Amino acid sequence: MNEATAAQADSPMIEIAGLNKWYGDFHVLRDIDLTVARGERIVICGPSGSGKSTLIRCINHLEEHQEGRIVVNGVPMTRDVKRIEQIRRNVGMVFQHFNLFPHLSVLDNCCISQTWVQKKPRAEAERTAREILERVQIADQALKYPGQLSGGQQQRVAIARALCMQPEVMLFDEPTSALDPEMIKEVLDVMVELARDGMTMLCVTHEMGFAKTVADRVIFMDQGQIIEQAPPETFFNHPKSERTQLFLSQILGH
Amino acid sequence: MLRSSSRERGPLWRDPAFRALLVQGILLLALGAFIAMVVSNTMANLEARGITTGFGFLQDRAGFSIPQTLIEYSGDSTYARTFVVGLLNTLLVSAMGIVAATLIGFAVGIARLSPNWLLARLATAYVEIFRNIPLLVQILFWYFAVLQALPSPRDSHSLLEVVFLNVRGVVLPDPQPLAGFAATPWALLVAVIATWWMVRFARRRQAKTGRPLPVFKLGTLLLIGLPLATFLVTGMPLEWSIPELKGFNFQGGVTVLPELMALWLALSIYTASFIAEIVRSGIQSVPQGQVEAAKALSLPGGIILRKVVIPQAMRVIVPQLTSQHLNLIKNSSLATAIGYPDLVAVFSGTALNVTGQAIEIVVMTMAVYLLINLVVSALMNLYNARTLLKER
Amino acid sequence: MVDTSTETEMVAERRPPDLRRGLLGWLHTNLFNTPLNGVVTLVTLALLAMVLWPALQWAVFQADWLGDSREACSGEGACWVFISARFESIIYGFYPEAQRWRVNLVFLLMAVLVAWLVIPRLPAKRWVGLFALVGFPVLAFFLLVGGSFGLEHVPTRDWGGLMLTLTIATVGIVGSLPIGVVLALGRRSQMPLVRGFCVVFIEFWRGVPLITVLFMASVMLPLFVPTQVEFDKLLRALVGIMFFWSAYMAEVVRGGLQAIPSGQEEAAKAMGMGYWQRMGLIVLPQSLKLVIPGIVNTFIALFKDTSLVLIIGLFDLLAIIRAGLTDSDWLGFATEGYVFAALMFWVFCFSMSRYSQHIERRLHTGH
Repeated sequence: MNEATAAQADSPMIEIAGLNKWYGDFHVLRDIDLTVARGERIVICGPSGSGKSTLIRCINHLEEHQEGRIVVNGVPMTRDVKRIEQIRRNVGMVFQHFNLFPHLSVLDNCCISQTWVQKKPRAEAERTAREILERVQIADQALKYPGQLSGGQQQRVAIARALCMQPEVMLFDEPTSALDPEMIKEVLDVMVELARDGMTMLCVTHEMGFAKTVADRVIFMDQGQIIEQAPPETFFNHPKSERTQLFLSQILGH
Repeated sequence: MLRSSSRERGPLWRDPAFRALLVQGILLLALGAFIAMVVSNTMANLEARGITTGFGFLQDRAGFSIPQTLIEYSGDSTYARTFVVGLLNTLLVSAMGIVAATLIGFAVGIARLSPNWLLARLATAYVEIFRNIPLLVQILFWYFAVLQALPSPRDSHSLLEVVFLNVRGVVLPDPQPLAGFAATPWALLVAVIATWWMVRFARRRQAKTGRPLPVFKLGTLLLIGLPLATFLVTGMPLEWSIPELKGFNFQGGVTVLPELMALWLALSIYTASFIAEIVRSGIQSVPQGQVEAAKALSLPGGIILRKVVIPQAMRVIVPQLTSQHLNLIKNSSLATAIGYPDLVAVFSGTALNVTGQAIEIVVMTMAVYLLINLVVSALMNLYNARTLLKER
Repeated sequence: MVDTSTETEMVAERRPPDLRRGLLGWLHTNLFNTPLNGVVTLVTLALLAMVLWPALQWAVFQADWLGDSREACSGEGACWVFISARFESIIYGFYPEAQRWRVNLVFLLMAVLVAWLVIPRLPAKRWVGLFALVGFPVLAFFLLVGGSFGLEHVPTRDWGGLMLTLTIATVGIVGSLPIGVVLALGRRSQMPLVRGFCVVFIEFWRGVPLITVLFMASVMLPLFVPTQVEFDKLLRALVGIMFFWSAYMAEVVRGGLQAIPSGQEEAAKAMGMGYWQRMGLIVLPQSLKLVIPGIVNTFIALFKDTSLVLIIGLFDLLAIIRAGLTDSDWLGFATEGYVFAALMFWVFCFSMSRYSQHIERRLHTGH
C-alpha cells in the first residue's frame, strides 16, 4: 500500500452495514457487513447465484437494496438521484459483457462521461482518454468501433472508459468470464497493473491466480451471505468452513 | 465461362455453366413469348372494343367535378389535371396520416413499456384491437357509423361556437392573412436558421469549454418566441373567418370533408398500432447492459436517453417505421371505398370509367406508387449504410 | 489489516419488508409508486370508465337480442336482431340453401385440419400440412363449385359472406406460398437473369397498393387473354391476390433462407446432393420452420385484406354486411353492422396472431 492512501486509511472507502435485498420474495443478500479500506484490493468469489454480483451492483446503485446502509467515500446512499450520481462519479464499473456503446468509437466511449458529467472541453477529454488508453495498451485502436475489436480489447477499453472518470474505487463484475482463454491474460495484466498503482478494487472473479497475486482479502459468499473472509494465504491454505473447502476443491480441482 | 481444357469435361448438359445459360435462355424465351402473347391479345381486344391506345386522352376535357381540390379544377379541366388533383389529395391524406400515426404510435409504444400497469395494459389493448381489424372495416366504421350519424348542419355539435361538427364534415375557422402578415413566416424562417446556428455554436462551445448550452430550451424559445413576437409587433394582421349557419349550410370557415376525416382517423389509428409495436421492440432491442453501463458512468437520465438509448433504438426503428409510412401511403388508396377523391378514386375510378383507357390509367397509377416506393427505399438504403454498426 | 477469518452462522431466509407484498403492495408498486404514476392511473381509470361503461351499456345491457324484424329494436342500445336476421347470408352469401351442407362440410374439414396442425401432440404434421396445402383445396374446389360427381353446379357469383372470405384467404395462402418460395430461391440464385427477374417481380408487387392490383385484375386481365376466353370475376381477383401476396411471402421466406448457416448447404454439397435436393431436403425444411411466425403474420395481413374485394364488387363478409345496411328495412344500423364485422375479423386475426406469438416463443426457447 502506498503512503498517500495509507494516510487516509482510517476513513474507509466503502462501508456496508446490515444490507438486505430481495428479488420479489427471494432473499438474495442477507445481513451483509463489509468495510473496504482505501487502496484495499478485495476478491469476491462463490458459487453462481450466491449474490456476489448483486452485492457489488448495490454499491453503485444499479440494484436497489431494501434494508441496510451503504456509505461510499463518506457519502451515504439514499434514493436521491443527485446523491446516487455523486456516488457513481467515484465508482467505476467493468461488466462481464463489456457493455461498450456500439454506436460510439473507442475514443467517444471514453469521452462521454468526461463531456457530460465532468463537463470537460473536448481537447482535454481526448487527451485524458488517450493517456488512459495508452495505459491499457490500446491507444492505436482509439478511432475504431467496439464491434471491430476482440473481446480482450473490448474489455480493456471498458476498463479505460471507467478509469476516464478518475474514480476512487473500481468494481469488476466477472470481467474475464465472457472471454476466450487466450484473452484473459491481457485483461488480468491490466487489472494487476491497476492494483499496483493503488486503486481500491472489488473484483467478483473466479481467477484464483489473480486473487493470490493481488488481493488483500478474499471473500467467499454463498446463499446471499459472506461465509468467510481472509487474506489469500489463509483463505487458500486453511479454509475454515466446509462450504469454502468444497468450493475451492471444485474450482481448483481441475 | 466454360472450364479450361486442362480439366476433363463431362458431357455438355451436365456442365453447371451450360445449365445456367440454358435455364436463363428458357426464362428469357418464356418471358418474351408471354409478353408477345399479352400484347397481341390486348391489341386485338382493344381494336374489337374500339379503344385507341396512347396518352392522348390526358389532354381531353374531363367533364366531371371533384369535391375536394387543392388546386384550381373544374369540369372543363383535362384528365391530366384530374391526375394531379387526385395525386395531391393522396399526398394530403398521407401526410396527415403519417404525422398522426407516428405521434400516436410513439405514445402508445412508449406507454406499453410504462411501469404503470394500467397504462401499459391499455396500450397493449389498443395495439391488439386495432391491428387485428381490417383497415377497410375501420374506414367504413368511422365513415358510416360515426360521421354519417352526426346531426345535420342545423343541429351541429359546436365547440365554443367557432368549430362545428356535422354530417357534412368539420367546419373550422379560416385564417385570412391581412397586409403585414408576411413578416411572421419570414420570422419563422429566421428562427429556424438561428436555431440551426445556435445548435452548431453550442456544440463548438461545449467542445472548447466543456460547458453545454440548454439547446432544447433555447431552440423552443427561438422557434416559438420569434414568430410570435413578430406577429404581435406587426399588430396581429390575421383575421379569422368564423363559420356561420346561413339557412341549411355554413357560410365562411373551411370545411373538412367527412371522407377525409374518416380516412385520416382510420389510417392513423390503424398504422399507429403497428408503429407502436415497432417503437416498443426498438426500445427493447437496446440491451439493459447499455443503460447500466451509462448509469455506472454516472451519466444523468436525460443524457442516457439522448446519447445511448435513442441512437441505438432509432437504428432499429427508422427502417421499419419508413416501411409503415409507405404502407400508409399505399393504404390511403382505400379512399375509393368511401369516395374520398384520392388518386385511385378519381383517376383509376372515375376517369377510367369515363374514358375506358384501362391500361394507361392503371399503369400511371401504379407508377406513382412505385416511384414513391423507389425514392423512399433509396433514401432508406442510404440511411442504413450510414448508421451501419462497424463490425469485424 | 483484516483480522483472521471467522466462520459466520448462516442467516435464516426472511420475508421481504411488508411494503412490497400483498394487494396493497402490488397497487403501490404497479400503479401508485410515484405521484405522477398515481395521476396517470387515475386519469386512465376515468377515461376507461367514460368509454367502457357507455359502450357496454350500448352493446350488452340495453341491447336487443331477440326477434326477427325491425320491430324488435327498442332503439335504446344496439339491435343485434339485424345480425341474427341476416346471419345465414353473412355466413353463406347467396349459396343455394339446399346445397349449404357442402359449405358446412368444407368448414368442418378446414376446422379439423387447422386443429390438427395447431395441437402439438397430434402426429404426422408434415403429411397433414401437405394435405392442407394440396389435397384440401382440390377437394374443396370440387365440393364448392360442383358440376361433377353428381353435385349441382354453383356459380361463383352466388358465393359470399364468411365462406367467400375464407375461400379467398385459403386460395391466397395456398397459391402464394409456393410461388413465394420459388421467388425467394430465385432471388438468391447465381444466375443474373433469374435473380433480376425475381427482384423486379417482387419489388413491383410490393410497391403498389392491393387496390390497384385488384383494379388491374378486373379491368386489364380480360384484355390480356383472347376474346373468347371468359374469365370468372372471382378467379381474376384470386390471381391478383395470389401474385400480390407471393411477393410478400417471398421476402418472408428469404429471411428464413438467410438465417440458415451456409455450413448447412456446404455439408449437403459435400454429400453430393444436387441443387434441388439441397434445397428440398436440407435448406427449405429448416428455413420454412423458422419463418412460420412470419408466414402466419403474412396470412393475417392477407386475411384482413380479403375485405378489399368489396371494392371490385365481390360479396365477402364485409360486403354482405354493407349490402344489408342498404336494405330499406334496415337503414340506420351501420354501427351494429360494422362492429359485428370488426368482431368477426378480429376473432380470426387475434387468434392467429396469438398462435404466431406462441410459435415464436417456442422457437426462441427451442435451442
